[in-house]
Parts: sequence; structure tokens; C-alpha cells
Amino acid sequence: MTIDLENINVILATDCGSTTTKAILIEKVDGTYRQTYRGEAPTTVEKPFANVTIGVTNSVTEVAELAGRSLTNDDGTILQPAKDGDGCDLYISTSSAGGGLQMMVAGVIAEMTAASAKRAALGAGAIVMDVISTNDKRRPHEQIQRIRELRPDMILISGGTDGGTTEKVVQLAELIAPAKPQPRFGSEYEMPIIYAGNKDASEEVEKSLDEDWIDLAIVENLRPKLEQENLGPARDKIHDVFLEHVMAHAPGYEMLMDWTDADIMPTPGAVGDILQTIAKKDGINVVGVDIGGATTDVFSVFDETFNRTVSANLGMSYSISNVCAEATMPNVLRWVHFDMDERELRNRVKNKMIRPTTIPQSLESLIFEQAVAREALRLAYKQHKEFATTLKGVQQQRTVGDTFSQQSSGNTIVDNMKLNLLVASGGVLSHAPSMNQTAMMLVDAFEPEGCTNLAKDSIFMMPHLGVLSAVHPEAASQVFERDCLIYLGTCIAAKGVGKTGKPCFTWSLNGDVTASGTCNFGDLERIAMGPEQKATITCEPAKGFDLGAGSGKKVSHEVRGGTVGLIIDGRGRPLGLPEDRQECQQTISTWVENMALYENQRQDEEMEQAVVTA
Amino acid sequence: MAHAYTPGLKVTRRMTHQVVRMLPIKGEVNVEVGDTVDADKIVAATYMPGDVYPLNMANLLAVPPKDVASLMLQKEGEKIEEGEPLAETAGIFGKFKKIYKSPYSGTVETISDVTGQVILRGPDIPVEVKAYMSGKVIDVNPEVGCTIENDAAFIQGIFGIGGETFGTINIAVDSPDQTLTGADLSEDMRGCVVVGGARMTEESIETARKYGIAAIVSGGMDDQDLRDFPGYDLGVAITGSEKKGITVVLTEGFGDIAMATRTFELFKTFEGHRASVNGATQIRAGVMRPEIIIPLDAVSTEAEPEHSGGFLELGKPLRIIRDPYFGMIGTVKTLPSDPHVLDSGSKARVLEVELSTGEAVIVPRANVELIEA
Repeated sequence: MTIDLENINVILATDCGSTTTKAILIEKVDGTYRQTYRGEAPTTVEKPFANVTIGVTNSVTEVAELAGRSLTNDDGTILQPAKDGDGCDLYISTSSAGGGLQMMVAGVIAEMTAASAKRAALGAGAIVMDVISTNDKRRPHEQIQRIRELRPDMILISGGTDGGTTEKVVQLAELIAPAKPQPRFGSEYEMPIIYAGNKDASEEVEKSLDEDWIDLAIVENLRPKLEQENLGPARDKIHDVFLEHVMAHAPGYEMLMDWTDADIMPTPGAVGDILQTIAKKDGINVVGVDIGGATTDVFSVFDETFNRTVSANLGMSYSISNVCAEATMPNVLRWVHFDMDERELRNRVKNKMIRPTTIPQSLESLIFEQAVAREALRLAYKQHKEFATTLKGVQQQRTVGDTFSQQSSGNTIVDNMKLNLLVASGGVLSHAPSMNQTAMMLVDAFEPEGCTNLAKDSIFMMPHLGVLSAVHPEAASQVFERDCLIYLGTCIAAKGVGKTGKPCFTWSLNGDVTASGTCNFGDLERIAMGPEQKATITCEPAKGFDLGAGSGKKVSHEVRGGTVGLIIDGRGRPLGLPEDRQECQQTISTWVENMALYENQRQDEEMEQAVVTA
Repeated sequence: MAHAYTPGLKVTRRMTHQVVRMLPIKGEVNVEVGDTVDADKIVAATYMPGDVYPLNMANLLAVPPKDVASLMLQKEGEKIEEGEPLAETAGIFGKFKKIYKSPYSGTVETISDVTGQVILRGPDIPVEVKAYMSGKVIDVNPEVGCTIENDAAFIQGIFGIGGETFGTINIAVDSPDQTLTGADLSEDMRGCVVVGGARMTEESIETARKYGIAAIVSGGMDDQDLRDFPGYDLGVAITGSEKKGITVVLTEGFGDIAMATRTFELFKTFEGHRASVNGATQIRAGVMRPEIIIPLDAVSTEAEPEHSGGFLELGKPLRIIRDPYFGMIGTVKTLPSDPHVLDSGSKARVLEVELSTGEAVIVPRANVELIEA
């Protein structure tokens, strides 16, 4: 379908989530695209409604009421084109309803082709349920048992470079055929299997998977050479299969596909697309995070390489108990600057898990939830760094000069010193009562180094903009810059560790704001600097500290302000906290005070109340 | 807005309840529409394809993969018993033959000439589906399963561990706020569904297991005891497949929290009756809560509207489900329409609750659930 971009003035976008369908309206105002109205309604993929378009119509109706613009026809369909103040010119949608796209992937070697296959699936917006490989330490019958238990929407098989092993690849296919995994959508569903491995093995794989319940698609090898990944064709095929098979089986999606002017995208895939678009446009490295109730998604673009991970059981409600179990309670509590009863806390965590929709009422509760969030984010980012690596198994040529400097293959490409923009989204970050709290959760969990801009997705519109960027990149870019991101400010942090109170770096700020000072090790300071203000910061790190130019080397950065301002962080990297509980509480108290984290809240009264209640 | 929808757990003295019993794959349904069944009646049965055992025959015989098929003594589809010769090499001049005996009983499913892999399929695994709830079969889906219906008292729990079971209801405590300890249990409770009051201790669960009690139901439990019981810290609330020899259901939550009076009274009314219990809990989209079903075959009680949430309205009784007032009972006093700034600093829609002590407190609407009158 050809879309005349010149004549698009009103855009309607929806994101059908597992629980809520969110609609936004984008309008051309004075020649610039702006997000103007937003509405939401419960997603309707379960009985008694079982038709996703009902939720879409409801959310669009809310937007229509707010905008004073009719957007639907009498039968609930989208009114197009825009005319006389009603309707829209373009309607697009993303979806993660029904649990999103759930995939199983298989590859010959876990660290090589299987890792590439996982990257392809995650990049396409899927949840990877399991990765099967010939070296995953499970015996073949255990692997078959696992495949049988899973109920994936589709399977991606890779393995072997072109001209490499065929036997091992065919062996994988031979495991899948007898396992006969049951799809989620019932016995009539033909299981889509995508083969993206050694092209020489295609014929044999096809023979092994010649079953009436399998719908096999063969695409280009996603790892044609050890040193080369070719994820595009596999990702595109996953997207096609998602639309043709998975979405077609979700209630009402066939109707929704008719309504939209562009293909429906899986929500995380759309978020990845918009981050890539922005990284490319501005030539920057970006990390984005979306922390939800059940999962945490981390996206990164470093030197134009995109990676996405889903930490399946790190979340703030359904998975909160798992965060506490994985991080351990002492690690969570190190972020809390007062005593809490651990037994009572553990019961509270479990009560949040079984009643996930409750919200923190007391300040004490909020501080604890934000402590859990720091640990969930920290663990999710750690997983992301371990996953986002250079290609493993690649031989590198070394010279004598490289002997001590050249790193082996498979190192993380995530480099916090090179990170330019860190974007937050998800309830606990987006709905924190103060922006300072959001900024500090990001800084404490991600530990950015050097100079890093911090921002948050104002109303979680990145999915909408992701799908829009595929249709109308200019509109997506304008809305992203003006309405999507709320700039919190900039974090200046030194890499290195020193003694508390000893000089870490000196700094001077010149521009819309002028200031200077010395940041000692352990200090955390906030300089007020508004969203429109810009300045140049020049830092001279002490020996052993690095702010981007090397240890002890002077460096200048252009910085922008935000709702929080400039954060001068001399706490060192990696960020360490005192092991002694009392000392740790005092340290955190100082940071809380310096950052005015809970300034406007009745902290003392709350503490008293909590004690009385306990 | 004068009211807002608020969830609550279903607790009802009488309702018509249906359970759908389905096989995981097609098989045979043993009942017909109109049949009356007991909870332990096997209503459908089938055989699952057996376990799969891959054998790398090319390696085992030290021959090229393409030769494997010709050396197999059993061809695809043929059966073999454990210990019987499965493949044999040609040897040298008919001598020094190498024989490979099958390590498993089953059927030869596939023989690959690319990898030299042989897939053996073990014997079929029988699968039986019980009625779970006594009642009348009202629908049969041929080869798949059936639907059973009965009038029943129904209690939905908040969290459970363990799968389906059934037994006679036995009340082990005097009041809903009494902690359930091992001393409250006895050996003659074997096979029973034992009801406690407030928190069940870890010792009470251990004692119950020792006595062969089918299920225990109580108001609350400590997280620490939950960890000791399955032996691991539960990360996400997806349960039901634990094989601990007992099913555990919490009606209210974690901590020392009393069972709702109405729930306790309901159990007391039906002491001595058979109940079906399932601890399976899945707290995700499409939430599944544990349940206690008490079929009312010969009991005369009046039907009543079920309680399972509804709209917050002035005077309605509720429970606060989040600190700082967790577990407290009260009634809706006012429903302010404007968002309120909470002590946490967040803005949220709230309600004013009049606690049973007479004190009035402000609570976010998300932090209450409706309970019985």
C-alpha cells in the first residue's frame, strides 16, 4: 500500500498490551507533528469479549472525546481520511496482547549460532522461551522433553556456517520432529518453523521436518560466516510469520489487520526500531529500559549495533518476589536508609506478588519498591551486557603489539563510557512521584560513566512511534524529540575507585549556567539546570579517575539540563556501598538528602506511622 | 464518579458450578451426558506418546551414517524390547560382528541416513482425568472430555500450592483468628480437608503431611514457612504442579492474617461434607486462583448471589490489602472523585475507609478489595 506522506496531518496509533490498549493522536501543528491526546481502555482478548478491536475502539473513543474529534465510524471502525475536523489520515498499531510472541530457538553451539538465533528472535520482539543447542549440557532426551513441554508460537532453527557442519544441524531438526511441540493456539495450528542455518543442510532439514503439522520456511543463514551475522532475513521472516500465523489466531486480529495502514508490529520490536532510528539520526549510543510487572526489557544501540534482552522474571509486581530472591534481600535493603523488619518485608513482597495491582501508599513502601527496582534494573542490565557481545568464536589476527591489549572475541559491546542517552520507561520509573527519584534509580542501577543524558518516555509512546518510524520517519522523529522524551538532565560520573573524601575531579560549568566545584570521592551533588539550558562542563579528574578522556585526563562535554538538572556523581565506578549496614544507611541518607529525593514528602510522620502499624 | 470496579475473591454459599475436564490429547471419554459421577471417577483416559530416546547409532557401531539403515534389525515402526538386538554390523567375512542391544523398550520411530541417529519411542504413557467434582455430566466433547455441573458452595483462595485433591472438611480451630499449629491436627484427619484460622505454621504443614491430610486451608502463612515447605523461594506465583503430598490454600495472604469471618463460618456450616480442592495458582494475565468446591448433593441451602468483587459504593465492607493498613477491615465512608496526594508523594484516586475501630483513613482505591457483608 502506498501512503502519500505529504498529505498526512492526523495520525492515530494504538498499542494493544496484555492488559491495556493505549491510543495516541498525533497532529500536524504549525507544520510540526505533535502528540496531542491519549486514551486507554482494557485490552479485550479474553472472554467475554474475545476481540481485540473492541478495546481498540474503546481507547480510540476516549481519545476522540478528549480531542473533540470523531475518530470511529458507527460500526467501530476507524474513520478515515481526516476531513472537517473528524477522522485520521493514518492508523497504525503494535501488539503484545496474549503474552506477545513466544519463540523457541535452536542452534548448534550455544555461544555461536544459537546466540545469533536468540539475538534475531529478541530483535524481532519475541520472548525466547528456551534455547536448545548441542552443547547446552542437556542430554538429547531431556532436550526433547523440554521441547515437548514448551508451547511456542514458532521455532527458529539455525546452525552451521555456510559450508560448515550439516550433520549437527540436521540432528537438531531430528530432535524437534518427534518432540511435536503443542502450539498455544490448539491442534489446528500448523507450527511455523523457520530454518536460518547452513544453506547446504536446507534440503536435509526440510526432509526431517516433513510433517503435516509443521509449516517450514527457509531463509538465508543468520550466521553465514563465523565473523558475520545476517539477522535481517530471519527477523523479517519472524515478523511475517507473526502476522500470518500468530496474529491471525488471536481474537479479532484479522479485523484489526484490515483496519491498519501498515503491518502490526510486536510492541518490543517497535520500541527497538525507534531507538535505532534515533541512535542513527543523532549518531549516538542509546540504552533504553522498560520495566514492567513481569518482565524488564533492555534495548541498546552501540556503534549502530542493536541488541535487546528480555529478563523474563525481573519485574515489579508479578515477579517482585523473584527480584528479591535473585538479588537477595540484603542487596535490596542496601538502598534503604532506615531499618526495616525483614520478616515483615518478605511477607509484603509476597502479598504484592499475589495482589499485583496494589500501589505503595506509605513513603516507606515507596522507598522499598524503588530499592527493588534498582536491583531489578541492575540485574536486567547485567544480563543485557552478558548477551550483547561481539561475535563469539571469531579468530582474531594478533601482532606482537596486540599481545597485551587485544581482547578476545565475545566481549560485551555495552560500554557505559560511550553511552550518550539512557531512556527510562515502565511504571516504577515513569510514575515515580519525583523526577529526581527516576533519575537516581537509573544512575544507581545502570552506573553510567563520563557524560550521559537521562530521559524518560513521558507516556510510554515509544511503541507507537516505533511502528510510525517504519511508515513516516519524519513524524516519528519529531514527536519523539518534542513529546515523547522528558529530559531529566545529565549525569557526570567518574570511573575509578578512591578513598571517601579524597578529590575525585574538579569541574567548571560555562554557558547558560555558570558554576564550579570539587567533587570528592563519595560525593553526589545536583546542580539546577533547566530543560532548555545548555553549557560546557570541563572536568579535571584526579589520578585513577576517568571521565572519558583517560585516567587523570582533562575532558570537556556539552551538557543539557532537564527537570532534574546536572548530577555530579563522585561515587566511583563500579559503584560500591559500605558493607556495614549502619554506615550504608548513613551514606544513602546523605545521597537522598543531596538529591532531594523525598523532600516534599512527610517522611518523619510516615516513619512514625509505619512503626505504629507494625 | 460514585463508584469504581474493585476486585474481590469469590466466596458463595450456593452457586451452580461447572468444571471442564479435558484430556491433553484425544482419547476416550468414559461418561455420557446425564451420568452422575463421584469426584474420583475416571471420566476420560488416553495414552500419551512415550518418551523419546535418540541413539547415535553411527557412533555406537562406528559406521558411516548412510550405512545405519541397512544394519538395523528393526525397521521404522517396528517394536523392540529392552535387551533385544537392535542393530548388527556386517563384520569381517561374516565374523567379528558387532551387535547393539536396545537399552529401552519401544518402537523405532526414525532412522536418519544423514546423522546416523535412531529415534526410539518408549511405551505409551497412560493419562487419566478424574471428575474432580461430584455432579452430573452435562456435556461430552467426544474424544476430548466432558463438563460436570453441580450446585456447590465455592470459596476462592488467594494463593495455593499443590494440585487437585478431595476430602472431608474438618475444622481444626475454634475461631478464624486462631493460628493453626501442629497440635491442632491429629491422625484421624487423614484424607481430610483441614481448615485453620489465621496463619498456618510450617510445623502444622509438616504434621499434616505426616498424618496424610489431603489439604489444609487457612488465612495466612509466613513467607519463611513457604520457603521451607517446597524447599525453594518462590519467584513467581505459578503453582499447582508441586508433588508435596498435600495441597495448601491461603484465603487471605501472607503474614499473620485471620480468615475472613464469613469464609470461616461457611466452612463450619459444611463441616463433614466432601470438598474438592485445587491449590493451582497463576497470577498472570488470565489469572487462576486456588479453589475449594463443596458440592451440595443433598444439602438444602438457599442460592445467593455470589460475591466476587463489584463496585465500590458507600457503606460497602472491604479489606485493605496493602500496608500501612494491611488486613484491616472497614466500610466505604466517602469516595472523593479527585486524585489525592498519598504519603508516598504519588497521586492516586482514593477512598475514605471507616475502620472497625471507628477511625477513618484514606486509602488508594487500588489497595482495597470488597468482602462480604
